[in-house]
Amino acid sequence: MARILVLVVSVWATLLNAQDPNLEKRVAALADELRCLVCQNQTLADSNAPLAQDLRNQIREQLAKGASESEVRDFMVARYGDFVLYKPPLKASTVALWAGPFVFLVLGAWLLLRILRRGRPEPQLSDAERARAARLLE
Amino acid sequence: MKKVWVPLVFIALIGLLAAGLRLNPREVPSPLVGKPAPAFELPLLHAPDKTFTQKEMLGKVWVLNVWASWCPPCLVEHPVVSELAKNVSVIGLNYKDAREDALPWLKRNGDPYQLSVYDAAGRIAIDYGVYGVPETYVIDRKGVIRYKHIGPLTPEVAQKKLQPLVKELSGGG
Repeated sequence: MARILVLVVSVWATLLNAQDPNLEKRVAALADELRCLVCQNQTLADSNAPLAQDLRNQIREQLAKGASESEVRDFMVARYGDFVLYKPPLKASTVALWAGPFVFLVLGAWLLLRILRRGRPEPQLSDAERARAARLLE
Repeated sequence: MKKVWVPLVFIALIGLLAAGLRLNPREVPSPLVGKPAPAFELPLLHAPDKTFTQKEMLGKVWVLNVWASWCPPCLVEHPVVSELAKNVSVIGLNYKDAREDALPWLKRNGDPYQLSVYDAAGRIAIDYGVYGVPETYVIDRKGVIRYKHIGPLTPEVAQKKLQPLVKELSGGG
């Protein structure tokens, strides 16, 4: 009897643990914005590297303990640096990264405008050519 | 005349891209350099009933080397670690390994470590920001990480970076 009870309780506890869709959703969302350091062009969510699995478990464990998203992010940054963030923070060393595309956009627009405005020079025709063109156009 | 800047921009761009090609994207600068070495208390590889903590190394300059028997580059750097261990205490952090694999590995290749701690779950390695075994840390007398090397130690890195740094840290105060 006691054995059955233990079994029931443990199965129930496992189910309870596995069935927290809310927690899983938060884990997945966080894993999706953190970089896997082993396969650097994948997120923690995409990667099957053992380290990525460990880090996903870390995220789950910490969220389950009541940590906030930003606390988990800070935990990762403290260990692996800003590099783990797919969205790097805006600071002095990353200004070029954030502003660069806009600078190039403005530069490109300015160049384009200049070229368009300059237009094409009128072709220079001699009087004879002008007269011939007029005859052809009639 | 005013098109002079076109080749200049081109050359500047080539310079920028050439510099980018020389960078190693796998070497992520560690935020841990200059910070206290994360605390741990782990069982010894050789004696599961005994534990070791980084506190026991306070007052000494030491090297933490993360290794595993399943890691081929660890075997590559093994002679370099052995050479290094002649001059400085090297503590091994056996990472996500099994004792029945790790102990024969040391027996086969030689054990350069003053001792190895056993981090089967890799949890302490996460605190040290380990992502590619082997990794090597130089830790000073106050327990602060002064240098981190990712990947196998080469004789050049050991001679030009680690040895001088260890000497410098051991020398003064």
